Amino acid sequence: MARTSFRQALNDALRAEMRRDSRVVIIGEDVAGGAGGTGDDDAYGGIMGVTRGLVGEFGRARVIDTPITESALVGMAAGAAMTGLRPVAELMFVDFLGVCLDQILNQAAKFRYMFGGKARTPLVIRTMFGAGFNAGAQHSQCLYSIFTHIPGLKVVIPSTPYDAKGLLIQAVRDEDPVIFLEHTKLYDLEGEVPAESYTVPFGEATVLREGGDATIVALARMTHVALEAAAALAEKGVEVTVIDPRTTSPLDEETILESIGTTGRLLVVDESNPRCSVASEIAAVVAERGFRDLKAPIRRVTAPHTPVPFSPILENAYIPSTKAVEAAVLELMRTS
Amino acid sequence: MDSSGNRGPMESMSDIGSEWVRRMTLDRDALLHAYTTMRRIREFEERVNAEFVAGHVPGFVHLYSGEEAIAVGICIHLDSGDYIGSTHRGHGHSLAKGCDSKRMMLEIFGKAEGLCAGKGGSMHIADLERGMLGANAIVGGSPPLVIGAALTAKTLKSDRVAVAFTGDGGSNQGTIFEAMNMAVVLQLPAIFVIENNGYGEGTAVEYAVGAEDLARRAAGFGMPAVKVDGRDFFAVYDAAENAVTRARAGGGPSFIEARCTRIHGHYCGDPQSYRSKEELTQARELHDPITAFRERVLASGELKAGELESIDRQAAAEMEAAVTAAHAGAAPSLEALYTDVYATY
Repeated sequence: MARTSFRQALNDALRAEMRRDSRVVIIGEDVAGGAGGTGDDDAYGGIMGVTRGLVGEFGRARVIDTPITESALVGMAAGAAMTGLRPVAELMFVDFLGVCLDQILNQAAKFRYMFGGKARTPLVIRTMFGAGFNAGAQHSQCLYSIFTHIPGLKVVIPSTPYDAKGLLIQAVRDEDPVIFLEHTKLYDLEGEVPAESYTVPFGEATVLREGGDATIVALARMTHVALEAAAALAEKGVEVTVIDPRTTSPLDEETILESIGTTGRLLVVDESNPRCSVASEIAAVVAERGFRDLKAPIRRVTAPHTPVPFSPILENAYIPSTKAVEAAVLELMRTS
Repeated sequence: MDSSGNRGPMESMSDIGSEWVRRMTLDRDALLHAYTTMRRIREFEERVNAEFVAGHVPGFVHLYSGEEAIAVGICIHLDSGDYIGSTHRGHGHSLAKGCDSKRMMLEIFGKAEGLCAGKGGSMHIADLERGMLGANAIVGGSPPLVIGAALTAKTLKSDRVAVAFTGDGGSNQGTIFEAMNMAVVLQLPAIFVIENNGYGEGTAVEYAVGAEDLARRAAGFGMPAVKVDGRDFFAVYDAAENAVTRARAGGGPSFIEARCTRIHGHYCGDPQSYRSKEELTQARELHDPITAFRERVLASGELKAGELESIDRQAAAEMEAAVTAAHAGAAPSLEALYTDVYATY
């Protein structure tokens, strides 16, 4: 199996689905490399380079550069989805949710329910999230808890190139609006990815490491932080299970609860702000349904309740670290 | 033009208008259809009003009475494959686009057999099979969605057009500015219709719109824009014919501002004390589009009084049946609370 970057895995998924289904179109800012300039075509492939090369194969009728106009591009994608296309819209940074939320929250997410089950909205909104590039408070947030809160949306957060490809193909084929979140720091991550198309189902967590002492649940970049911590803990004789839910809506509660049944200890690692977060939700699920199995109070390691700071030293302190995860697991072991 | 030959703003405006020429006379069938649909809308709304006042309608409703010539003058150029996006004041658009009055009334009453299974209500009536993409309870919510439908038409080369209805209140939302710009940039088969009834809720358009003129503001986005008397079915008809023809031929988007008069309040039960008594009296007595239509076709001899009276009776009977069905309709089952959040789980 070839080693492929997370970025290339996403590109492969889009190319395969666009070949398979002529109704799949890409809509976003600079997704065809910008339009109307005096230089090269396909210079960009979106700011993260994910769609590079697609305009050459599929043309500008299917790889559509828009002005910087998020309400219109997201709303247009939603309207196109409910009338027969299968759009993949690119919201450059998830922070820009602030200028298009109505089209997601009140429109796309609600069509099916509000119209009595008649609407289908096969819409994918791909978006970049996460801290780690000194991009400041308006280009570094997670925000997936906001989407997860909204009925009608599916929320996908891959952590590996393999999952990125399989989950994106599933997202394009899905009949509901899907928010597909790509962590900024994962685009260059390499991993084994099959050349052929495959899907990874929503609502099925993956167990990245197995150990009997504690369970860590983490998403996206934090799965890698958790795995590093798990390796360090193993050297100290503490064996942890690391679970990546991969989708937060639907959420695979069963895999988490089964693991808690074995370990009796839960740590949720979340790069997001802590209040009303995915970490809170997972903690609540385990408190409600797995309380009898718990040997220690549930712990969360999250970003603080602050905006993402700019200065590198502050940003590093903001992001949950391997050391913090390790310390939290050791604390879990002590309190039980 | 001034003495130097430059065009001032007013000249530009009349230039925009000169494109809008009358092309044809309506035949008898079209006139009968127009009158029937306007009467059906009025009858529907007045029945909803009465039922609301009697306490039979849950939630709240916004009535279209007085604006019928716009929905009908536009939608008469569309068929079920074309798309419209509507507003919170959407009953008229729905009927003009071919939605079933009985199933609409059932929906407004929250019944299981309603167009949206009782889960939408007055502000969310939709009928996708007829290209009715939904009333929209978010002011300015529809235009981005409508350009999406126009993108579908353009991408699939289906020859369809998409119409975004917005009010003067919605005309100030950024969503419509963004949608108009995008429609021009991508040359989409879209038509933006502003129903300017003079009030966004209780705030007058003269206060709320900074520009001198809505059509002139839209023209600034780079598309043909025209202002018509929205109480004159024939004026709306002509403007819509130009815009729909242009869009179908791949000529891109257009904008129509139709000035009209809201006979009822913003919502059912609105005391409207922000409007003078004289204005309210005039709304009913002088600015009724159905009265104007009736007088015109009778004076020209194109239709006979007896025909119109027969249509009036049929519309009354149809809406009586719709109300009866809505009262008798079954409530949704409690299981319906949980269904259709997703297409697949």
